Amino acid sequence: MGDVANTEIIPMPRELAVVYNRADRIFRRIVTSGALTSLILLGLIGIFLFVKSAQIFNDRGLSFITGSNWTAGSGDGVILDDFSIGPMLTGTILVSLIALIIAMPLSIGGALYIEFYAQPKIRKVLSTLLDLAAAIPSLIFGLWGVVIFTSFGERWSALLNSRFGWVPFIRVQNEIFGRSPFLAGCVLASLIIPIITSVSREVFSRTPRDLIDTCYALGSSRWGAIRTVVLPFGKSGVIGGAMLGLGRALGETVAVYLLLNIVFRYNFRILESEGGNIASLIATKFGEATEYELKALIAAGFVLFMLTLVVNMLAATIVTRSTVRK
Amino acid sequence: MSATVTDLQQTIAIPAPTTPWRRTRGEQLGTAIIFLISAVAAACIVLVTGLAGVDGFGLTLFVIFVVVTFVRTIRMNAKVRKDEFIKIAIFAAAVLAFLPWMSIFASVVMKGARGFKPNFFVGDMRTTIPDDELNLGGAGHAIIGSMMMVINATIITLPLGILSGVYLTEVRGRLTFLVRFVVQSMSGVPSIVAGLFIYTTFVDFTNSFSGMAGSLALAVLMLPTVARTAEEVLKLVPDDLRSASYALGARQWRTSLMVVLPTVRSGLTTAAILGVARVIGETAPLLLTSLSSNSYVFNPLGGPIGSLPTYVFGLLQIGTENAINRAWTGALVLMLLVLALFTTTRFIGGKDRR
Amino acid sequence: MEMLKQGEIKMTQDSQTNVMVMEDDEVQRSAFRGLEAKNLHAWFGTHHVLSDVSLRFPERTVTGLIGPSGCGKSTFIRLLNRMHEFIPGAAMAGQVLQNGEDIYAPEVDAAAVRLKIGMVFQKPNPFPAMNIRENVLSGIKLAHLKVTDHDSIVENCLTRAGLWKEVKDRLNTTGGSLSGGQQQRLCIARSLAVEPSVLLMDEPCSALDPGSTLRIEETIKELAEKIAVVIVTHNMQQAARVSDFCAFFLTDGGPGYLVEAAPTKILFTNPSDSRTADYVQGKFG
Repeated sequence: MGDVANTEIIPMPRELAVVYNRADRIFRRIVTSGALTSLILLGLIGIFLFVKSAQIFNDRGLSFITGSNWTAGSGDGVILDDFSIGPMLTGTILVSLIALIIAMPLSIGGALYIEFYAQPKIRKVLSTLLDLAAAIPSLIFGLWGVVIFTSFGERWSALLNSRFGWVPFIRVQNEIFGRSPFLAGCVLASLIIPIITSVSREVFSRTPRDLIDTCYALGSSRWGAIRTVVLPFGKSGVIGGAMLGLGRALGETVAVYLLLNIVFRYNFRILESEGGNIASLIATKFGEATEYELKALIAAGFVLFMLTLVVNMLAATIVTRSTVRK
Repeated sequence: MSATVTDLQQTIAIPAPTTPWRRTRGEQLGTAIIFLISAVAAACIVLVTGLAGVDGFGLTLFVIFVVVTFVRTIRMNAKVRKDEFIKIAIFAAAVLAFLPWMSIFASVVMKGARGFKPNFFVGDMRTTIPDDELNLGGAGHAIIGSMMMVINATIITLPLGILSGVYLTEVRGRLTFLVRFVVQSMSGVPSIVAGLFIYTTFVDFTNSFSGMAGSLALAVLMLPTVARTAEEVLKLVPDDLRSASYALGARQWRTSLMVVLPTVRSGLTTAAILGVARVIGETAPLLLTSLSSNSYVFNPLGGPIGSLPTYVFGLLQIGTENAINRAWTGALVLMLLVLALFTTTRFIGGKDRR
Repeated sequence: MEMLKQGEIKMTQDSQTNVMVMEDDEVQRSAFRGLEAKNLHAWFGTHHVLSDVSLRFPERTVTGLIGPSGCGKSTFIRLLNRMHEFIPGAAMAGQVLQNGEDIYAPEVDAAAVRLKIGMVFQKPNPFPAMNIRENVLSGIKLAHLKVTDHDSIVENCLTRAGLWKEVKDRLNTTGGSLSGGQQQRLCIARSLAVEPSVLLMDEPCSALDPGSTLRIEETIKELAEKIAVVIVTHNMQQAARVSDFCAFFLTDGGPGYLVEAAPTKILFTNPSDSRTADYVQGKFG
């Protein structure tokens, strides 16, 4: 009979599609418009910030990004308005990078410990606490940084300076070690560690158990299994988590505001007590800003928005790609 | 026949279960002793040399422990040895990773407890200056303000978040990929940018800072969390249920509203709670939208309004001893709120599994 | 006889009289009461999964669909009540006629078709957010039917599904509190509430223990006193136990096709195709 079927002419397939009636179509339209709000909202944020600050970009052009002054004019023409965010932009990146460099190895180590080394009971407690830690408001990190961490940080800074003072970016001009990019970076690192750890742990836990078992069956040690199976499997997820943490660090306001001396000068000496980031600049200057200065702050916000958007879109792409593959 | 079987079973001695793969008590004790000796040695070194404090002790302990392990494993083969050292490295990394937030938990509880008195939840700061004794004044106005803003933000966000979850899992229109991508990217919008956005729109438009402006800024930050959680939860609904509903002659909208959404009722509550936990401690956007106040404000459009984060932030800037103490108590209340929210999600989650 | 292959003599068995009659094609279409598949093909995208199946399901009969996995039985059964189209890229050719009317005709409403041709799935899937009573009535609520006497429907459907005695005192508990077999019978009751004339069952017992399976099989036989039942099963003994007619599907790596269909006794004892004989004797599959 199979032969009969083969000799027969196969008819043209008729594409089937689900047909929605009117009620369904209305439902779908309502849901779609609801889902599109986030799309529209994101667009509106960009557009509004840009429109409201267009004058700044028009007046100052590229020097808004590269210049290093933030001077409010006296209004009578003696001192002119001069707003630019160069040091703040580099400060944002510097502090975030410090945070990321500190946070990455510790987070991966922490995630591996919880997932593969800790006893089951400890693992349960730790992962619960970790979720909670990831939800601690950054304000509390700032508070802790100012009151508790600073004394440790200052001592470490002094030690680093005395031992490694010959390294250019560690050398300081004034031996005051408080409120430096290093300190702010450390607190930001503690802020993003729970986030990265929790993402990494999640990814590691999704490693197929049979792959790990195969490693053990081949006589591998625990580290061997982790290196050959777990880490390659979780790589993109961990990178996604790191980008998430980086995005968070780039946009952090209060923790940096509380732990960094905002000084308008390019500074790459991480132990020097000066620096800043865009978010804390906005928080600092917002209260007593003139109308024109406010526009400059909005312009700074726009730059920050674009910066974090790029980082987050990269993160989203990496995370999406890694989940699609599975 | 059955009697014989039972007899047989009785005569066979059932061995006691053993777990030879576990480390024995002796081995565990050995590790503990090595650790103890290292600790004592580290303490001596810290006392004698210039290294000081908890951090100096920790560092010394680590170095000594590595050295001891090196000596202990000197006769083992290379692979086992490497595994041992990597274990120490990972453990050390984990300790360093967990120390900050454990220290935060501890210090918030210890320092916050001092001002954790009834008046903190009732009083306001109208007639109290931050440096007054802790039994004067309070943060009642800030707690009420925070609650109000967060509730309003939830009312705005929850429907939108659920709709976007339903779009991603039920409607699955042409923009599914884009919506998911945007929601994911949006979760990284810096909180201060959300504040600026509401400042340039709503505050500018109504010409006043207000609780409503604060709610809107928080809603912007909350939406991605709620939408993503809602999607995750809806994804867990088995396709079987949808099929069953369609096989009963149901239309899509009835399937979604009567079968799918009721199934994840508690999951959607979790989504809302996680959204609240995400924004309850947000400070930066409130600095630009709702500012702060020293007294009770109940009108969401009635000008600046107090909130817990801005309360803590303001006290921190004052920086006197009792101001800082009040700030710690505010932080403690914030943490307890987050903890309560998380406990609720655990409780609800447990219910869902059944 | 439910076997219709193009180019062959069409034979139909009148189920009431058991008299074999030969009929003309056109006459059959107007006369045949029940569900009929004519030259049915199915595709997933460009992947041809089912080729040229013609089968009839008269009223008040149980038809078992057997065959090795991947031979298109489930796809076939999903074509019969338009569940196939929920898979993106799905395509089909041929006709499915209910009482002579094409359910795939453009003006036909798919939801209305599914109301008349119900389906029970492999895994029991009572709606978790509803209690037992609401589950039984869910079809009425979901399809927005106007019904007055809810209580009698609940009792009637649960009785027909053989579940009434076990659950009549706990109609307000959730379906999740029942055992797997009870849940599956609840799903059957749920399907019955909208009064379908055909009930499709896609391996309804494969997730159940032998005791529950037996109960479901009894239920199926009782259902066949009123409606047509089509059951896909991996279990040949089950097909032998419950079905009046049997259809054997097979694939040679390409699309699945129908090898032969016959009254169950004949198919199991004296099949006309050697492959059927090999399969029912357990030589492959």
